[in-house]
Amino acid sequence: MTDDSTNDKGERQSWWRRLSSGLKRTSASIGGAIADLVTKRKLDASVIEELEEALIRADLGIATAATVAEKVGEGRYDKQVSPDEVKAILAAEVEKILGPVAAPLAIDPAKKPFVVLMVGVNGSGKTTTIGKLAARLKRDGHKVMLAAGDTFRAAAIEQIKIWGERTKSPVVAGQQGADAAGLAYDALAKARAEGADVLLVDTAGRLQNKAGLMDELEKIVRVMKKLDDTAPHAVLLVLDATVGQNALSQVEVFSKIAGVTGLVMTKLDGTARGGILVAVSEKYGLPVHFIGVGEGIDDLSPFAAKDFARAVAGIED
Amino acid sequence: MFDGLSDKLSGILDRLTRRGALTAADVDAAAREVRRALLEADVALDVVRGFIDKLKERAVGVEVIKSVTPGQMVVKIVHDQLIETLGAEAEPIDLNAPAPVPIMMVGLQGSGKTTTSAKIAKRLTEQGKRKVLMASLDTRRPAAMEQLAVLGEQVGVQTLPIVAGQTPVQISRRALEAGRLGGFDVVILDTAGRITLDEALMAEVAEVKQAANPHEVLLVADALTGQDAVNLARSFDERVGLTGIVLTRVDGDGRGGAALSMRAVTGKPIKLIGVGEKLDALEDFYPSRIADRILGMGDIVSLVEKAAATIDAEKARRTAERMRKGQFDLNDLREQLEQMLKMGGLGGLMGMMPGVAKMKNQIAAANLDDKIVTRQIAIIQSMTAKERRTPDLLKASRKKRIAAGSGTKVEEINRLLKMHRQMADMMKKMGSGKRGPIAGLANALGFGGGMPSQAELEKMAEQLPGGLESLKGAPPPGMPGSPLGGPPGGLPGTPPGLPGPGGPGLPGLPPKLPGLGGRFQGFPGFGKKK
Repeated sequence: MTDDSTNDKGERQSWWRRLSSGLKRTSASIGGAIADLVTKRKLDASVIEELEEALIRADLGIATAATVAEKVGEGRYDKQVSPDEVKAILAAEVEKILGPVAAPLAIDPAKKPFVVLMVGVNGSGKTTTIGKLAARLKRDGHKVMLAAGDTFRAAAIEQIKIWGERTKSPVVAGQQGADAAGLAYDALAKARAEGADVLLVDTAGRLQNKAGLMDELEKIVRVMKKLDDTAPHAVLLVLDATVGQNALSQVEVFSKIAGVTGLVMTKLDGTARGGILVAVSEKYGLPVHFIGVGEGIDDLSPFAAKDFARAVAGIED
Repeated sequence: MFDGLSDKLSGILDRLTRRGALTAADVDAAAREVRRALLEADVALDVVRGFIDKLKERAVGVEVIKSVTPGQMVVKIVHDQLIETLGAEAEPIDLNAPAPVPIMMVGLQGSGKTTTSAKIAKRLTEQGKRKVLMASLDTRRPAAMEQLAVLGEQVGVQTLPIVAGQTPVQISRRALEAGRLGGFDVVILDTAGRITLDEALMAEVAEVKQAANPHEVLLVADALTGQDAVNLARSFDERVGLTGIVLTRVDGDGRGGAALSMRAVTGKPIKLIGVGEKLDALEDFYPSRIADRILGMGDIVSLVEKAAATIDAEKARRTAERMRKGQFDLNDLREQLEQMLKMGGLGGLMGMMPGVAKMKNQIAAANLDDKIVTRQIAIIQSMTAKERRTPDLLKASRKKRIAAGSGTKVEEINRLLKMHRQMADMMKKMGSGKRGPIAGLANALGFGGGMPSQAELEKMAEQLPGGLESLKGAPPPGMPGSPLGGPPGGLPGTPPGLPGPGGPGLPGLPPKLPGLGGRFQGFPGFGKKK
């Protein structure tokens, strides 16, 4: 299943294809909207407004949509502009926001194990992302260990064990209902003892407004620091592409409690546009590492600002 | 992060302070902000548009209630329209089909199908006393079937034994077969999460639907969903024909605009909401709660409602004055009846009683019939102005005419007239200073206790420090507590806790409603109605 001799180009094409097809509807609707509105008349306030609405439909949110749409209009009022030009300008504006946040997940070899904590609301795709990430890290030659830190959801432990088998990574697991912080501590101790390069720690999904559950998450972080005061070295918040404006609140609260260091956006293979990522990036500037584009083990791709921006703007490759 | 929104809005809306009917300009100004609020709440843009258009049509020309601004008035209208759009009544899961009744759960990955399946199974088992079988058709996500099995154990509901290698269609057939043989009432089919663009998977779920012919097809959707909610709901509805929607993660801090989007594009009711991780955290859907969240202007809405109540109180004061002078005619009676309906009818009145609000479910279940009130109003409306002022004119032939005009029977008119006469007598008696036993009043009205007695209100109000003001938002005028399981046989002395000169507000009202603590015990007074 996992091809160790992946050549970068092949992979790039395949994910771009996936992303494009996933964003097809978005692109088609935005692209179509742009074509409609620009071929018919010259660029004026109502064109900008419609552009803004197209962006709102992509979940950019009112504020970001307005900013981006305004930028497209700057200095171009009353000019005759082709649809392709508008798309290019739009992509460029979106890319300006996303460019600075696109960053690979750097595994610091000095930290051994390099601890990655996965956090997010229920159903955002944490466990699946861990599985995919494990496969990717293995491919890059890292020795990976998984910790079944979701001790709440029924069969979450079984689920991550299956991912462990698929990726041939050892899984540290306890009982369902056990203390997640204790498990994280044990996993870190074990990863250390066995010389793992990377420890991926799953956590139960939690809504960010549940104080009790957020305290529990804070405890997981705190307890791991007892063994390694630099751990966790990366805290990845998994955002579902279908989520709307609530993503902003998720980023804010999870960052405050667990010190989120980067984002992963999942489910970009659906009709959801994931435009909220633009708003999140504009507001919080957190690095975006990966996007999830399917349920397969290889359906996790590095986040590329340009491609994402072009896809949002409806530019066909 | 939305904290500022409400403030900002009221700021903008406050500036529109002219009186009179709402003009197009008022509505436009408010509509811009409402649009913004809806979009911030993730209501899909096209749905917002349709909503705003309808709002403008509806709001222009509406009379602005005294003491609120036009902007606030618009917000109230928006709120009402939201509730309407969301579906005014809760629709439960329909099990009215030959057993085993198949229920199919569909949705995107991670929307909460499996957890919701278990919650529904638990609810049907415990509350509906049904024998439920659950089957996981999710052959894709690792350990999905185990998850359902574990949940089944937790809620004490059987799950279909897992057989490796079967297709979803095969599993669904096996589940229904097992359901028939095992004498199950309900079979819940939990399908795999799927994206609507995946043609193969959508075909698969359509195939399962054909094979299982489910009585309910429920879309499980995340309340935090953004603009994609419309695509999601529409695609699933087109491919598998939904019968309802279950909204999950309503306990999050999202504003839940997805509910409005999905309801608007599919027209399918939101049947249940998931409000927590525990397996009993499943509730019926009440549109007003979601409406408050989507709009995020609950304070404005209640302000307008209070203002409206004040107006009613003023009107009531005038009526009370007339009553005291023994001028209580059929016009006054009609006003009383209408006011009662306006407050949500008998059920609504009950719902406003402190402590009773929590029992809304049971109140709804009691199915109080407001038609009788509507008919009485119709009767009065079929009378001439003269007849309304002087009911004594009404003899046989007039009654026949009125009965024909209002679609009722002469007996009903007689009953109404009797009620009026008794009320008028009672009013006069009280008006003359002798505080007759109020206990008799409700019974005399033949209405259990639902008839507001304005004279009483007036008297009570005088004794309260805040006068009528302190009655706002409190139980509606003349709502006696007794039918709610208080001492049987009418009203205890005076309305509970009301007199006590100088007592703040309505002292002791809740404690004096005995028997309200536990399950709702039925409505001795209202239930039988006459």
